[in-house]
This record gives sequence, structure tokens and C-alpha cells, in this order.
Amino acid sequence: MAEVQIEKVQPVQETISSPWRDAWRILIRNKLAVVGFGIIVFFILLALLAPYITPYPYDKGELVNRNKPPSAEHWFGTDYNGRDIFTRVIYGAQISLRVGVLAVLGSALAGTVLGLLAGYYGRWVDMLISRVFDIMLAFPSILLAVAIVAILGPSLNNAMLAIAIVNIPTYGRLVRSIVLRLKQEDFVTAARAIGMGDARIIFHHILPNSLAPIIVTGTLGIATAIIEAAALGFLGLGAQPPQPEWGVMLSDSRQYIQHAPWSVIFPGLSIMLTVLGFNLVGDGLRDALDPRMKN
Amino acid sequence: MTELLTVKNLKTYYPITGGVFGRQIGTIKAVDDVSFSVRSGETLGLVGESGCGKSTTGRSILRLTEPTSGEILFDGVSITRLKPRELRSIRRNLQLVFQDPFASLNPRHNVEKILEEPLVVHGIGSSQERKKRVHEILEIVGLSSYHARRYPHQFSGGQRQRIGIARALITQPKLIVADEPVSALDVSIQSQVLNLMQDLQREFGLTYLFIAHDLSVVRHISDRVGVMYLGRIVELAPKDELYDRPLHPYTKALLSAVPNPDPDAKRERIILQGDVPSPANPPGGCAFHPRCSEAREVCRTTRPPLGDVGDGHYAACHLYNE
Repeated sequence: MAEVQIEKVQPVQETISSPWRDAWRILIRNKLAVVGFGIIVFFILLALLAPYITPYPYDKGELVNRNKPPSAEHWFGTDYNGRDIFTRVIYGAQISLRVGVLAVLGSALAGTVLGLLAGYYGRWVDMLISRVFDIMLAFPSILLAVAIVAILGPSLNNAMLAIAIVNIPTYGRLVRSIVLRLKQEDFVTAARAIGMGDARIIFHHILPNSLAPIIVTGTLGIATAIIEAAALGFLGLGAQPPQPEWGVMLSDSRQYIQHAPWSVIFPGLSIMLTVLGFNLVGDGLRDALDPRMKN
Repeated sequence: MTELLTVKNLKTYYPITGGVFGRQIGTIKAVDDVSFSVRSGETLGLVGESGCGKSTTGRSILRLTEPTSGEILFDGVSITRLKPRELRSIRRNLQLVFQDPFASLNPRHNVEKILEEPLVVHGIGSSQERKKRVHEILEIVGLSSYHARRYPHQFSGGQRQRIGIARALITQPKLIVADEPVSALDVSIQSQVLNLMQDLQREFGLTYLFIAHDLSVVRHISDRVGVMYLGRIVELAPKDELYDRPLHPYTKALLSAVPNPDPDAKRERIILQGDVPSPANPPGGCAFHPRCSEAREVCRTTRPPLGDVGDGHYAACHLYNE
């Protein structure tokens, strides 16, 4: 009587459908996300293969070839020191991708831990962490980053650290709000009713259900971090010459923009393309991971 | 029959906080001095309107919401003051089935993981034994072992509720608190799940505390029924006694609202006046007196105890407690 409506037929071939697999299926059907993914893979390959595909050293130029327009020898032209811009743009990909990914990993990791603590334990823990976040968010992020770099001294690593610190509240608040919602969910109550400890509840139930929005924000955050690193480089507070960081290249070539526009166009274009790539993938991930899109 | 669960003077109050510093400015008396007991092997139904404290009663018994005062005896042990660690070993005997079959299963875990988890937490069996037990329990609740690899979103509401029941059942508990287990399901599925719960009760000698607002569902499954109003039990009796001979004016009004399929049946609808008062500021004396047509002077001043009126029938009303 009890099992009347249950089909007892063994399905012939069942496609395994887990939430992550479903999300992946939706993602690869999204053309824009695939384009973005292609852009990112392209830049990653350039960065990895930089020593093999670049014809010139990135830090030494021939002064006779200053500010030469694009040609067969120098595809993207040369800069005011006679350095090959194509080579520098490719090495720049190494720097920008590393900065973007590491800065986001750092802020996402710290933000997630703080957000979990604030959301799960509440009370004075939440009070303390949330007020610190409020104070940090009261500053314009680039200003705070400038202040941190000013204290630590200008370098690429310090710029990366500054970007990571500045973005912690973004992830912290996101995770806190997710945890506050999840804590009320019946499946978390069920876990407590079973007799599960806090650690297991956090790592088996709350964290896995927070990952999707963290991944989406993180992917979009890589784009922001790349821009922020370029901005700090442009201000002379990030990577230092002769490092071929895209922001540094922009500021170096600023005075030659009239008669050697290629020295500004190609680094600028690279920033734009990578940022676009991460944004497209981030948007695609949001659509794929949003549970409200579930059929 | 021995008493498996005894609840004595249970009170669960929620603070109302306000202002910048979150000072307490009031108290919600969600459960206000409730006492009852559940005998081993029976089903005790708890009915009442939304907000009457029936769910909070269930959650307080499981210590998912901390009771403010009172005592809960489970299987002879007072669990009210147990530390979380000591409570943990008791929990395998004391389980919960939820109202919403969609929210009560972790969407990122497959059925096998969901069902295995209670066994892992309590350190029951080896990995293989646990998997075997998961497959057995799936068959017991009317699913198939190939469902183990599927995720909650691939099931219907009724199937999910079977998974929720399987999770509560897998540690072989003595008492299951069922908090509105069928009210989120279609009517046709409701009876299937209710029948399943009755079959399981017979097979495993389970005891249920069955919380619901649907009077006919409660009548179908319960042995005894308690009626709650504003955080208090106003009447408690064996089910036929309660449904055929309700005593408390609130119970009478509640039962008169149940639709009767017989068009010729003559019956009087008792329409209650006014709204349920706020549990933050319940009326003095009998909580029901402002809406009661038979209220007397004593009802305004003295809270009536849940008194024995014979045949296992208890009512908290001055009309019967002379």
C-alpha cells in the first residue's frame, strides 16, 4: 500500500546528476561564458609559454629602435626604451593573472573564515568582525590599498597583499549573510538533531552550500583585482619598472601616447580582454550556479 | 504502558530585543507551562493554530531550542540540563521529521550521504555495514536502493519526505517527533506517508509525537490528542473521546470548523470572536477567556490547571474543575 506510486523499474542508463555537474552542463551551453573561458585559457597559455614564444627579452631594448610602430620584427611595436611590446605584454600576462588569482584567493579565504565565524557564532564575534568590515568599507577601496602600500612600501607583492586585504570585507559579508540564511535551514537543524558537532556542520553542510556564490564573486573579483593591480602599478605603487606589468607599461608610455599610441594600446587592450574574460565567465557561473534557475 | 517521554512544566520564552544595543524589551511566551507524557509505542497528536507553540514544544523536547525552564524526562533520564556532549548520545534515540521536505535535505548531498551521516556521527558500523543499512532503509520506506546515488532535487515531495523519515529512522530511535510531516504534501500523498508512518510504528515499535494543524490527519494517526492554545495545552484526551466529547470551549470551536462531507448533518458552527492574543502579552487567568462565550469571573483571574475529568480526559477549564 505504501509503495504504490514508486516505480520499481531499474533505469537502463541514468545520467548522474549532481548539483555541480548540472551547473557545468548549464555553463558550457552558455556561449558568452565559453568565449570568456577561451580568453582566460588563451592568456594562461601565453603566460605559461612566455619564455618559448617571445622573441626578445622583456627588460632590455635597443635604443636605436625606440618607439617603432608594429612591424614584422616587432608585432606590437617597441616602447620608448626600444623594448618589444609583444614580449612585454605576454610577460605582463604572467604578472596580472598571478596577482588577480592570488589576491582573490587570499581575500576569499580570509573573508570566508571570518564570515563563517561571524555568521555561525553570532553575538560578540559577529559584532567585532562586522564592525571591522564596516570601517574598512567606509574607505574607497583604492585609497585604502594606496595607504597600505604606502606603509609597506611599493612593490608588486605588497600591492597584491593590499588588494587582498581591501577585498576581505566583500567576501566576509557575503559568506556571513549566506551562513545566517543556511543556519535557519531545516537541513542544518536536522544535522543538529542527529547530534552533529559544530565543525562537521560547518564543513559538511554550511561551507559546501556557500561555495557557489563565493566562486561567482571570486571570478568577478579576479577581474577587479587585475584592474586594481594595474591602477596601483600606474600610480607607481605596484610593480616597479622594468617589470612588464600592464599598468606600469601604461604609465611609462603615457608621455609618448601622441606619436607611439601602440605602446599604450596593446597593454590597455590586454587588461580589457582579461577583465572581459573573467567577467563573462563570472556571469556565466552565476547563471549556472544560481539555485533559482533549477528546473 | 510505560511513559517514554514526560514533559513537566515546560516553558520556552523568546526574548524580544530592541534598540541599538539589543536590550531585552519583552518576552514571547511560545510555550508556557506545558506538561504531558507520551507512552511507549503510542502516538500523541498535538494540534493547534499557527503560532500556538506546538512546533516550539517539539523543538524544545529535542533541545534544538533551549527551554527556559521545566523538565524533560526521556526514557527515565532528565535531558533538560545535559551538556551538548552528553546529549549527543541520546539523540540517536530521539529523532525529528520535518514539515518541508525540500528544505530538510542538504541539496549538495546525495541520498546515500544524507542517510549515512547519522550513522557516521554516532560511529555505528563499518563503512560497508553503513552502506548496506542505507540500502535496507531505502527499501523499508518504499524507495529503491538505486535511489541512493541521486540528489534531493531529483525526487518528488512525497519521495523526499520518505527520505526524511528514513534519515530519522536509520539510527533506530525510540521516539520520533514529527513536526507537521504531511502538511506540505498533496492530499493524495499525505495518506501514503501517514500509512507508511503507521506501518513503521508497528514494525519497529516506534513512539510518535505528531504535531499538526490538520484535525482529520491527527485523528487518523493518533492514539491521544492534545490541543494547544497560546502556548498551553487546553485539553488532552484519547482521540475518540476528544473528537466525540470535546469539553474545552476552544476545542469545541476548533472541531466545529472541520468540514463534514454529509450535507444533511446538522451541526452548529461556533465562530470565535476576535484574534489570537499576542504571546508576548497573553491575557491573565485563562488565556482563552477574552474569546470564550462561557467565560466567568474566575477565568479572568485564575489560570485553570489541566485537570483530570475522568477516562484519561484532561481539560484546562474552570467549567470542569470545580
